[in-house]
Amino acid sequence: MPHINIASLEVGQIIGTTEFLLTRDSLVRYAGASGDFNQIHYRDDVAAAVGLPGVLAHGMLTMGAAVQVAVDWVGDAGRVLDYQVRFTKPVVVDPVDGAILVVTGKIGAIDAEAGTVRVDLQAVFNETAVLGKAQVVVRI
Amino acid sequence: MQGKKYPASNPYLVGREKIREFAHAVKSTNPSNLDVFAAQAAGYNDVIAPPTFAVVIQERSLATVLADPEADIDFSRVVHGDQRFIHQRPIVAGDELTSELEVASVKSLGPHSMVTFETKIFDIQKQLVCTAISTLVVRGDE
Repeated sequence: MPHINIASLEVGQIIGTTEFLLTRDSLVRYAGASGDFNQIHYRDDVAAAVGLPGVLAHGMLTMGAAVQVAVDWVGDAGRVLDYQVRFTKPVVVDPVDGAILVVTGKIGAIDAEAGTVRVDLQAVFNETAVLGKAQVVVRI
Repeated sequence: MQGKKYPASNPYLVGREKIREFAHAVKSTNPSNLDVFAAQAAGYNDVIAPPTFAVVIQERSLATVLADPEADIDFSRVVHGDQRFIHQRPIVAGDELTSELEVASVKSLGPHSMVTFETKIFDIQKQLVCTAISTLVVRGDE
């Protein structure tokens, strides 16, 4: 387990960046694991019929992958106390190439007394931020 | 509809392999989700769920709302607006969880409505494990 000294942290510090490749396989896997079988996440014809630009990644897949940057930094998933996001833009997943999601975590606030840090996540697909107010409060 | 409560669902038994399956699906490589010994070394009884796993329990509660004629929500018009999980403790393999959903707010935004659901998830000792807050945007006719 990594040991983080809260006194050594600074607001604005980057804690890590991870690139996630989301393919159609990833979407099928997430559908099965989560139980969200909305067809816009695996059928081109259904996505087109409801006016979408293509098959979209589940917002909850983007949310679930993005937080891993904070989980790996702090050591274990049980240190995540509070995690919120807004879904601002869709992630369109190409049938061949998939979609590349680049997630960067930055320290947004430090509460030394409580021993917690707020990590702000930026999730970018196709040069566009797809999550808004993506904040993770972790126990150090 | 605001303030309406949907009762606790049948207990959901959290399986170790379900946690691993979900962890792989959200691209977790964190040992706390996958490796029993690593999870125990970190102080847990078994593997713990990724931070967004509670969505599985939330979805079960939401299904009862979507099936409620009074709620009158057309699922094909629903877009996920935002999501939050407040954890009292992580979900651990072996947990038996129940949930209770409350319609926290309903707001109109032009032809659309924004409905916020708050799902409280409890363990078998009736202790709160997680609060999942979800806002769905229901698109109206433009």
